[in-house]
Amino acid sequence: MRSLQARYNRDRFMMALLVLGTALAALPLLLLLGYALIEGFTSLNWDFFTKTQKPPGELGGGMAQAIVGTIILNGVALLLAIPFGLAAGILLSEYPEHPLNPPLRVLSDTLNGMPAILKGLLAYVLIVKPMGGFSGLSGAVALAFIMLPILAKSTESVLRLVPWTIREAGLGLGLPRWRVILSLVLPAARAGVVTGMLLALSRAAGEAAPLLFTAFGNVYMQFNLLQPMDSLPVRLYTYAVSPYDDWHRQAWAAGLVLLGLIVLTSLLARWATRGRQ
Amino acid sequence: MLGDRVFAAVVTLLAFGVVALSLGLGYYLYLGGAQAIERFGFWGFLTGTTWDPALKEEFGAWPYLVGTLLTSFCALLLSLFPAIAAAIYAAEYAPRWLVGVINYLVDLMAAVPSVVYGLWGIFVLAPFLREKLFLPAYMWAAENAPGVLPYLGNPSGYGFFTAVVILASMIIPYTTALARDAISLVPQAQREAAYALGATRWEVMRLAMLPYARGGILAGVILALGRALGETMAVAMVIGNTNIMLKLLGIPLLYPLFGPATTMPSVIALEFKEAVTDIHLSSLIALGFYLFLVAFAVNLLASYLINAFKVGGQRA
Repeated sequence: MRSLQARYNRDRFMMALLVLGTALAALPLLLLLGYALIEGFTSLNWDFFTKTQKPPGELGGGMAQAIVGTIILNGVALLLAIPFGLAAGILLSEYPEHPLNPPLRVLSDTLNGMPAILKGLLAYVLIVKPMGGFSGLSGAVALAFIMLPILAKSTESVLRLVPWTIREAGLGLGLPRWRVILSLVLPAARAGVVTGMLLALSRAAGEAAPLLFTAFGNVYMQFNLLQPMDSLPVRLYTYAVSPYDDWHRQAWAAGLVLLGLIVLTSLLARWATRGRQ
Repeated sequence: MLGDRVFAAVVTLLAFGVVALSLGLGYYLYLGGAQAIERFGFWGFLTGTTWDPALKEEFGAWPYLVGTLLTSFCALLLSLFPAIAAAIYAAEYAPRWLVGVINYLVDLMAAVPSVVYGLWGIFVLAPFLREKLFLPAYMWAAENAPGVLPYLGNPSGYGFFTAVVILASMIIPYTTALARDAISLVPQAQREAAYALGATRWEVMRLAMLPYARGGILAGVILALGRALGETMAVAMVIGNTNIMLKLLGIPLLYPLFGPATTMPSVIALEFKEAVTDIHLSSLIALGFYLFLVAFAVNLLASYLINAFKVGGQRA
């Protein structure tokens, strides 16, 4: 047995190490947030939101087409993903005896961990290639692939939080199972389900990789889903690797807007679940 | 009842979409890459070291496979200490107000888009590493040990090591979140018993907590590895993207520490738009198929570990 003092010293040393490690873990994020705030704020202006891209080398212009594109792409993706994601969540939580459940659980977890760029490649093979061109639709499908497993997982976990007594009460009143799920369980978990959608949205909204060869990007305003469509992450990437200072400035502005969106959705999600519990 | 059966059928059918998507991902990536895989062979493509889209039209995945594995494993090693320290600290020792802050930061860190990490990498991290680490190390080596210069590589700031640092900061939250959950799942009686025996905080952690949480922590580490393997934009933006490798015992096995390297996802992202020939496109999709195989295996392992150690880690 080592002396008490040695054990105390060791304890203090290990605690110091833990604090140091925690600081190290937080350091990159704090630096990144700091730089994005400073560089982003000085670069943001009204034009950024209202004007589209200017030709390379010309000062000014903005990312209006990318902001609109991001909203359309993610909106359509969410609409595509919701029925499948909700159904998977309902099956996992409400039909525990279903034979599809074990593979569904494992595969949806694995799908969640699959690189986003592969989901973009899948959308390319399934849609871009047969249709013969890049399109907003293929980008939305790629983003929907990213949202799906997140929706399934979050729906399952919030449905599980709904007390069983509610289901029993419904069944005891003679309601069929499907009515119990649709009219009692889902409404009771509404805030949580919406939170899941927000999380899926914020995860997909920042993705650039799968959009590079699906939605492709576009310097003009585009509302047609069958044409190439722009998005903030893709525009940010293009600007960041460009040689123009003014584009670098706008890339920081785009980074700040993306970060702001994500902080906002995560705060909304927290607020939605807090109101319920 | 009819309504029940219809509802269950609809739900099953829609949920099957998730299953079909996971299986379809592998199948269609194989189909898309079949032309390249058939032309160079399954192993031939994997071990081929030439990637020449312009003249010879010969494609091999080796430089990209090695780049992906090397960057991911190095990033994992670099992230282990901070990630697990943060998990232990947040789960057990931090004051309550700080726990909330740490948890929020960890969630936020996982949610920051890859391109934003890349942006920061290009304009802040890479210049910093070049000035403070690469150049001094390179100058020192040039004077004292010129033999290692080729292993250090061009200290431009954009290369292997910068990508590893970025990747490490990106995967910290995955390890931290799962390890933290695993530690907080350890039964309360377990730690109280250890404290009652007069153990110090660290001894409680070392003897009563960590052995129980081992499985969950391991699952977090594997999951983080899976994320690192597939990380695209941030890596593509700072890694320099060159597939020239260093030879070790005559086999191309390494990239210079500071110099440019490449990975499977980043070459797909960068070359796809410029790919004009069918075989080049097919080779890029085939790279995706191999990435799928690696990522699938890693994620399967992670989800197995998570499920196996779910109940307080009894099986550890």
